[in-house]
Amino acid sequence: MNAPINISRRTFIKATALVAGGLIIGFSIPYAKRFLMPGAAPDVAPDGAKDAPKLPAPNAFLRIGSDNTITVMLAHSEMGQSIWTTLPMLIADELDADWSTIKVEHAASAPAYIHTTYGIQITGGSSTTWSEFDRYRQAGALTRALLVSAAAEKLGVAVESIKTENGFVISGDQKIPYGDLAEAAAKIETPKTVTLKDPKDWKIIGKATKRLDGPEKINGTAVFGQDIHLEGLMTAMVARSPVFGGTVKTFDATAAKQLKGVRQVIQVPTGVAVIADNYWAAKKGREALKVDWDLGVNAKLDSKIMLEEYRKMAATAGLPAAKAGDTKAALANAKQLIEAEYSLPYLAHSPMEPLNCAVKIEKDSCEIWTGTQMQTTDQLAAAKILGLKPEQVSIHTVFLGGGFGRRANPVADFVSEAVQVAKAAGVPVKTVWSREDDVKGGHYRPMYLHKANIALDANGMPTAWQHVAVGQSIMKGTSFEAFMIKDGVDATSVEGAADSPYLKSIPNYDISLHTVQATIPVQWWRSVGHSHTAFVMESLIDEMANLAKKDPLEYRRALLKDHPRHLAALNLAAEKADWNKPLAKGVFRGIAVHESFGSFVAQIAEVSVTDGEVKVHRIVSAIDCGLAVNPDSLKAQMESSVSYGLGAALQSEITFKDGKVVQSNFHDYQVMRMANMPKVEVYIVQSTEKMGGVGEPGLPPVAPAVTNAIFAATGKRIRTLPIGNQLA
Amino acid sequence: MITLNINGKEQQLDVEDDMPILWALRDVLHLTGTKFGCGMSLCGACTVHLDGQAIRSCITPVSAAAGKKITTIEDMQNQKIGQAVQSAWSEIDVVQCGYCQSGQIMAATALLATNQKPSDADIDAAMTGNICRCGTYPRIRAAIHNAASKLA
Ligand code: FES
Ligand code: FES
Repeated sequence: MNAPINISRRTFIKATALVAGGLIIGFSIPYAKRFLMPGAAPDVAPDGAKDAPKLPAPNAFLRIGSDNTITVMLAHSEMGQSIWTTLPMLIADELDADWSTIKVEHAASAPAYIHTTYGIQITGGSSTTWSEFDRYRQAGALTRALLVSAAAEKLGVAVESIKTENGFVISGDQKIPYGDLAEAAAKIETPKTVTLKDPKDWKIIGKATKRLDGPEKINGTAVFGQDIHLEGLMTAMVARSPVFGGTVKTFDATAAKQLKGVRQVIQVPTGVAVIADNYWAAKKGREALKVDWDLGVNAKLDSKIMLEEYRKMAATAGLPAAKAGDTKAALANAKQLIEAEYSLPYLAHSPMEPLNCAVKIEKDSCEIWTGTQMQTTDQLAAAKILGLKPEQVSIHTVFLGGGFGRRANPVADFVSEAVQVAKAAGVPVKTVWSREDDVKGGHYRPMYLHKANIALDANGMPTAWQHVAVGQSIMKGTSFEAFMIKDGVDATSVEGAADSPYLKSIPNYDISLHTVQATIPVQWWRSVGHSHTAFVMESLIDEMANLAKKDPLEYRRALLKDHPRHLAALNLAAEKADWNKPLAKGVFRGIAVHESFGSFVAQIAEVSVTDGEVKVHRIVSAIDCGLAVNPDSLKAQMESSVSYGLGAALQSEITFKDGKVVQSNFHDYQVMRMANMPKVEVYIVQSTEKMGGVGEPGLPPVAPAVTNAIFAATGKRIRTLPIGNQLA
Repeated sequence: MITLNINGKEQQLDVEDDMPILWALRDVLHLTGTKFGCGMSLCGACTVHLDGQAIRSCITPVSAAAGKKITTIEDMQNQKIGQAVQSAWSEIDVVQCGYCQSGQIMAATALLATNQKPSDADIDAAMTGNICRCGTYPRIRAAIHNAASKLA
């Protein structure tokens, strides 16, 4: 861990350009080869080039001002997951910085900030902490080395005699604050190697650390996209087709234009935009607007009928996703058989902050202010619409009022639309979506149906697992398609099922996929494919344990005996939940364990059912994510995932009737609220295993843990989400 | 023209009578701490106090505020209960994305103004109209208890 690490000049660059007297550590990590989007190639020198690459400014990711402030630039977006604190922790620890002097900014949209693995600037896949763990620590360590060298030169002492502490370089009884050395450090040649700290010397990493964005989010000063105000900025709302794929036939803006504050009504590719002085005028204008739509091919869309079609498809095998042995024969010889069908609805992300995007276009440039998870895609889309080069488009990332995947739109939907509106209007415009626009706006977690036939032997252990999944592909048509879809199988459609650890102990299995060609826009929703596969897999395991008359925890332990990280999470959760001790009368337990995004989470739910009403009292969670960089924000993410996943499992669904989305706002698209929120306990497995993510892995097990508890309570197996009033 | 008293200051606004307080605050006065989440009194993001009562500013027209006092998140640091709530929020590190939190804090301060020692059930009842998509509910609950003990 603490061996010297090579720092090539291609990796880090320092400059003094931005702040007089300050030190700036710029960076240019060789960009990832995977997933690189066409047109997104960073401006770096090719391998072997002698000169440091010329980086598009700004490329800093760490600035030390002569006032001792240390500003950390985030290559990722803060959307609640506390990356605003976790990434600075990495730098501050290696730098021996004074934590109270740390300031944070979102980085610009520039090749320098491209994800170390995904090849575009993106925040997603629960990947930020592990993917930046080296890069941000190295930046801190390099900066420290430069400051030490500068101090050694200044004091005429050997580098070895110098130590650093809490923002000071210390030599003997001399103590120099970093800010005083910043300018000199900028002139020191970048060392070839730096040594990272031994983990035992970490002072910040691994310690529960308060959020740096807390104060501004408590006093109302934090700026979200919704809060952007610029000179002359107009507010726009777009009337979009009530049916996906519909187009404008004609529209009549006479009444809308007569309203006070309405400035323009213009057709744009996604519908008709009403541009006004403020949201209220735009909203009234849009209500007064008459649009005659050509509803197109989806005019009759009905999710009930779709599900029937899925059911028919599930009767035959789809494209193979995972296969071993002779499943057919083993099923024929089964001692006991499980035949089950599971289904889950479309889901909207509905982040608390409705989508919005502010755009200002000049002759040779465009500035965009928005909360986005995918700057590169947005930048390329805007550039294409405007006929500009990507670097002529600047994206100013502001706080995201929640993302959950929605703000990483593979076709840059909300940014493209805003650019189209601003271009057509000829004035700076902020598009604002209403909650209804959000709920009806698509880019949903796709509806899925799973059909499974499982054979058990005389001991109740599985001998064959046949499984057909049916649903839309998320990756199809995105820039990730080439990497994520193999032989027609979108890995995210079957992740958590086709690669399930349970299959490893089963000699015969056949997992296949029917990809539905629907035109409903779908997208990654917190935990992506795991959001449906974990429910199906962990419910089926429970069905099997029940048929085998075995304790569901013991049954899992037996099947997962060669999977130590699953076991560690299971055992910790079972211990903390007192699995073997009886609960209060009427309260029952359910358990689930699932790996996603490199982390392993077990959850035990305590549930009671009274007169058909489900009450979830407590969720005990245990996670093995490797190193927990900030244990408190990890806990917060687990609480968050439970809330988000449980809310959906209990109540949320998007359905279609006569081509239209039935739901519209939080009265009929119901989500978790305070009164339904259980007590959540989070325990962290002390682990030195490979680091995984924490933003999503807490979500997949919660639905099956709860429905398994419902089964324990009532004997009724919930095979369709949401649970809704199925027990009434 | 309508005169509104916002955080103790009289302000003249040239807006339609039916404009909700939310948009007068956000789009006209640029007091953006109060948030828009649903526009239909379903999420609580827009909660402000009108003469000390928590109201949903997204459905309350400016005309309803004439002659009354509007208090927003921006003024909480000047109020005793507001300070206690904000410091509890900070101690427990409640926030995540933060977007709902102005509304949560405004609802919590209104609750504590009338109920010095709310039970979990009281908190559920008072706060269930305030959605947090990030699921900060357990911490909000803890922070309200914490603020109550600070004020006791
Ligand atoms: S915006 Fe007012 S309650 Fe949701
Ligand atoms: S903190 Fe994100 S919605 Fe509450």
